[in-house]
Amino acid sequence: MAGLRGTSALVGVADDASPTGELELTGRALEAAMIAEALADAGLSLSDVDGVTHAMSSMGLAEYLGIHPRFTDSTLTGGSSYEIHVEHAAAAIHAGLCEVVIGVYASTPRSDRTRGRGGQGGRPMTGPNPAAEWETPFGLRMPMGPYAMAATRHMHQYGTTSEQLAHIAVSTRAWATKNPKARYRTPITVDEVLASPLQSSPLHLLDCCLVTDGAGAFVMTSADRARDLAKPPVYVLGAGTCHDHAMISQMPDLTVTPGAISGANAFSMAGIKPHEVDVLMAYDSFTITALLHLEDLGFCAKGEGGPFVEDGKTGPGGSLPMNTNGGGLSYTHPGMYGMFLLVEAVRQLRGECGPRQVPGADIAVAHGSGMVLSCMSTIVLGTGATV
Amino acid sequence: MSPSPEGQRRIEPPVTTTSEPFWDATRQRRLLVQWCIDCGRPIFFPRDVCPRCLGTDLEWRSSPGTGSVYTFTVEHNAQTAGLAAPYAIALIDLDEGIRMMTNVVGCPPEEIYVGMRVTVTWEALSDGRNLPQFEPV
Repeated sequence: MAGLRGTSALVGVADDASPTGELELTGRALEAAMIAEALADAGLSLSDVDGVTHAMSSMGLAEYLGIHPRFTDSTLTGGSSYEIHVEHAAAAIHAGLCEVVIGVYASTPRSDRTRGRGGQGGRPMTGPNPAAEWETPFGLRMPMGPYAMAATRHMHQYGTTSEQLAHIAVSTRAWATKNPKARYRTPITVDEVLASPLQSSPLHLLDCCLVTDGAGAFVMTSADRARDLAKPPVYVLGAGTCHDHAMISQMPDLTVTPGAISGANAFSMAGIKPHEVDVLMAYDSFTITALLHLEDLGFCAKGEGGPFVEDGKTGPGGSLPMNTNGGGLSYTHPGMYGMFLLVEAVRQLRGECGPRQVPGADIAVAHGSGMVLSCMSTIVLGTGATV
Repeated sequence: MSPSPEGQRRIEPPVTTTSEPFWDATRQRRLLVQWCIDCGRPIFFPRDVCPRCLGTDLEWRSSPGTGSVYTFTVEHNAQTAGLAAPYAIALIDLDEGIRMMTNVVGCPPEEIYVGMRVTVTWEALSDGRNLPQFEPV
């Protein structure tokens, strides 16, 4: 399945976060700053843009920027929205619907709280909400509770331990020590993770992602046009998406995510196997989330994620560098973190990551996870050497 | 399940026209499950069409209210009105073949395990309805 392989490329990226957890700008101003930075990174200008993606309001964004795109996408699947935006943009560019697409995300939950200002407001829930009837009354903490339930079930079926989950937090923090923008940069130990307060059992505080301000943007264009731009193109080699539930109580098997399908389809389109992946950016809302991704993407067999991460192979110097920016666990997590997976993957493939650079990285995977293990979207990216 | 120290009540479920028979039956502490007559299979959450065959010939049947714990979590840092930590939330696989979210009550949370056999019990809501909860058999 060649599909979209190598037909479009990410040509500009930007992201921002801070060790304080807070950013100065917010809302559209922050989005516009990210777009300006990503366009400059690409060597393009706003007048080149003819496609817009935004998980809340592509129309509102275009209006704010004063542009009139011929491709628009407001797909909202939670944290995987941005991987889907890349997938859709790649398809639209390949089909000739548009040529230059921007995607952007900005969210400032931490400073909104400390400065007492309201957010920009999300898209209101539309349509029926069965969770109000069949989940909310039981007091499941969101979004932590559903992931805790997945961890309990995984432990029951496969003997996975809290120590093994803690190894993911430890390896991810080790990466964060190499990212000056990361919220937390002090190394941690397995014992410290296990000693952190229990939240929704079996998850401890350090099994959980941050709540920080953060923002990012990307620019995509056709492979032909990409070759003439400022930076080496990072080609979209494969893309796949799948979702199977909205409420955790409707998830068929809490140990298998729809990533088993999105990943297989994306890898097939790219023509790669897991062992060829140099950098894995796998959404780590919680340690269990990353563990399930490792299994469902085929880096290890189902049920073997615990032993797989125990030797630190996903940390610096390991055989499978995972979440090299410090992840949602230690870098930043403004709510829908999928944008940061893409930005870091692009920078790794360009060799721009300084002390955390994975030497010779040619293939990176950005695997977004949305809502409560609900919607997975997998993007395989490659350097010019891969096309 | 005891109210939180603030005395706030638990968030109570709304009723839709689709689910009205379910909630009405809870007034008599009866657990109803929706079945598709065409497929012969149970449906949860309640719908207007069968999620397998899109059939609309559905009926409500009494459930024995027995099942086992598929998975659970114990909330240690509650942020929900009306629920005092620690408390347990579980997904229960009912014996007729549906899965529902609920609380497990009637035992210390640390005694709950995956596969534990449970049976339905009820917690009064403010309007005469009852909320299904499960306790060890």
